[in-house]
Amino acid sequence: MRVGLFLTCVNDTLYPRTGQATVALLERLGCDVDFPLAQTCCGQMHWNTGYGRQVEPLVRGFAETFAGYDAVVTPSGSCGAMIRDNHPRAAARSGDPGLADAVAQVMPKVYELTEFLVDVLQVTDVGAYFPHRVAYHPTCHSLRLMRLGDRPTTLLRNVRGLELVDLPGAEECCGFGGTFAVKNPDVSAAMGADKLRNAESTGADVLCAADNSCLMHLGGMISRRKGAIRTLHIAEILAATETDPEGAMWARTGAHR
Amino acid sequence: MNAVPLGMPAFPAAARDATRNTTLRRNLRHATHTIRDRRAAAVAELDDWAGLRAAGAAVKDQTLRHLDHYLEQAEAAVTAAGGQVHWAADADEANRIVADLVRATGETEVVKIKSMATQEIGLNEALAEVGITAYETDLAELIVQLGEDRPSHILVPAIHRNRTEIRDIFRKTMGEWGIPAPEGMSDEPRELAEAARLHLREKFLRAKVAVSGANFLVAETGTLVVVESEGNGRMCLTLPETLISVVGIEKVVPTWRDLEVFLQLLPRSSTAERMNPYTSTWTGVTDGDGPREFHLVLLDNGRTKILADEVGRQTLRCIRCSACLNVCPVYERAGGHAYGSVYPGPIGAILTPQLRGTTSEIDASLPYASSLCGACYEVCPVAIDIPEVLVHLREKVTEQRGHVVERAALRAAGWVMRDPKRYTALQRAAVRTRAVHPRKVPLPGWGKAWSATRDLPALPAESFRTWWQHRDTPGGTT
Ligand code: SF4
Repeated sequence: MRVGLFLTCVNDTLYPRTGQATVALLERLGCDVDFPLAQTCCGQMHWNTGYGRQVEPLVRGFAETFAGYDAVVTPSGSCGAMIRDNHPRAAARSGDPGLADAVAQVMPKVYELTEFLVDVLQVTDVGAYFPHRVAYHPTCHSLRLMRLGDRPTTLLRNVRGLELVDLPGAEECCGFGGTFAVKNPDVSAAMGADKLRNAESTGADVLCAADNSCLMHLGGMISRRKGAIRTLHIAEILAATETDPEGAMWARTGAHR
Repeated sequence: MNAVPLGMPAFPAAARDATRNTTLRRNLRHATHTIRDRRAAAVAELDDWAGLRAAGAAVKDQTLRHLDHYLEQAEAAVTAAGGQVHWAADADEANRIVADLVRATGETEVVKIKSMATQEIGLNEALAEVGITAYETDLAELIVQLGEDRPSHILVPAIHRNRTEIRDIFRKTMGEWGIPAPEGMSDEPRELAEAARLHLREKFLRAKVAVSGANFLVAETGTLVVVESEGNGRMCLTLPETLISVVGIEKVVPTWRDLEVFLQLLPRSSTAERMNPYTSTWTGVTDGDGPREFHLVLLDNGRTKILADEVGRQTLRCIRCSACLNVCPVYERAGGHAYGSVYPGPIGAILTPQLRGTTSEIDASLPYASSLCGACYEVCPVAIDIPEVLVHLREKVTEQRGHVVERAALRAAGWVMRDPKRYTALQRAAVRTRAVHPRKVPLPGWGKAWSATRDLPALPAESFRTWWQHRDTPGGTT
């Protein structure tokens, strides 16, 4: 199966390790993964901040870039939801039937990573090994827009060595919300502090999610308060194996500058 | 709608104070989480909830599409049953109509049933200006009125108060308004309720005029419906000689069969009850039973404008259950007052800017008072996609004047993002200069807002795309 990886601009720029883990995981499961270099951004920040009119070229770019793949996989619940819910809206509004068509063609092939693993590849045990206590934060868009349900936790439960703990108030927003984090910084921080308090109360050493943007906010708070828990994208947990627990083989960086 | 409260700052500033008020945070957290969990349990009891919710949305949409028809049908039915119907285009007109009607009775006092529509138009203040005193009879509204406070929740206007604060308010001001609080009253809920009961009973027995809103108006028979928990509303609806009901035009439902859907949706969403304790219905006037004179004031006040907006019109489905407030993480931290309107929480964030426009600072900030987490949409019994409307309103705000820096920044970002070459070049430049990137940004703006409580992520030595292009062993991890 030829899989187009839509990594998202945030992961591409700030969290390459999540991308490397996704590639390693999908290749391990027999996928032929490609990262088309023409990809940029899904347009979520513009759309959600009230600049929806600027999103049209990004929607067009996405549909063109990913037209030829059997499946398009993204390790981000919220960018996945942006594509699924709002790219058709943006296309309809553009008044260009060609664009609406292109979006309608590519859309059914777009999957969030855990969705792709469980629904398309039909694996719930990806052969991972991760000997840590992990709390899973479902993130709002993964939970309520992508409706990932128990897919991520099913995958995590089958990771050897991993102890999944219940996160109190799991379904509550962490307070990131894109530009909400900077437009309403005090409420955002209050929400984040409550989320971290809940995460820390579990005694977990890793706070995991299927979305790095929420983890950027929570991780930024942890770093500021010098907290003990660390954040990790679910792909990086699922990619870890007994023979390579730290991803030494797939996360080699800095070799090419 | 009534004007913006004087000196009302934008939402983020008002919310900042609330997040630092630990008593308020505790009161709100406790209250919203309790009702939130109970609602979830009450809804989970019904296996056809999704169907009911879809039916509720469909009935409202159908009614709104033919609103003129149903309103005229309701008017004819109310008139035939001996009531009088008045049409009010805006708050001023509605207030004038009610004031004139009260004056015509010769009375200077009215008792009031809890009503969002009369709050919206500022009726109490308008009546006070012409020498008429309005007494709130809903327990929570009474607490707000006695405390010279503003409501902070649709259903429980005094949700921001705990019982000790309520005891203090009762002790201090009840006597100024009527029967004082009993000597030695404690903050036990039972004792507080008893004090309110004594205080209010005297008002009910004396009142000649009552003012109400309505939860529904059934067009086929011209019947008004009020659902409540306390029974105080029923006292107002039955004891006085004259009843004036101020009702938003979106409250109409075509038939009793349609009403059945909402009488299931509303109590479970609102108070987490299978059925509310009191459901009062009245149709015009009935000889020897209840008020002898009935006036219905149908209120537009911006609603037809909302109806004309294709995305925004779903807002008019709202049955004011307050489930969206109780589940909202922003409301829980910011409190109701930060929204600068009688409609707080997620519904307020979409309704207020549509009723008042987005020219004031607070109104322009309301569509942004959400992390778009979607919890409100999930619980809304009439399936209002609040996040969709919020984003729609954000577009209206960004199309206004102002936002110069933000617009320029997002334009530039859009220009970069739409071209992979520009995007890659900028990414490379960022990586090259990473050694000098701060984890905190002291300059005002988004960077400072971020780094007041959070470190910025460190930029990696290599972007994914650079790594990918130089990956020497594609197809494997060895
Ligand atoms: S928007 Fe929906 S959830 Fe909120 S008060 Fe209205 S009906 Fe209830």
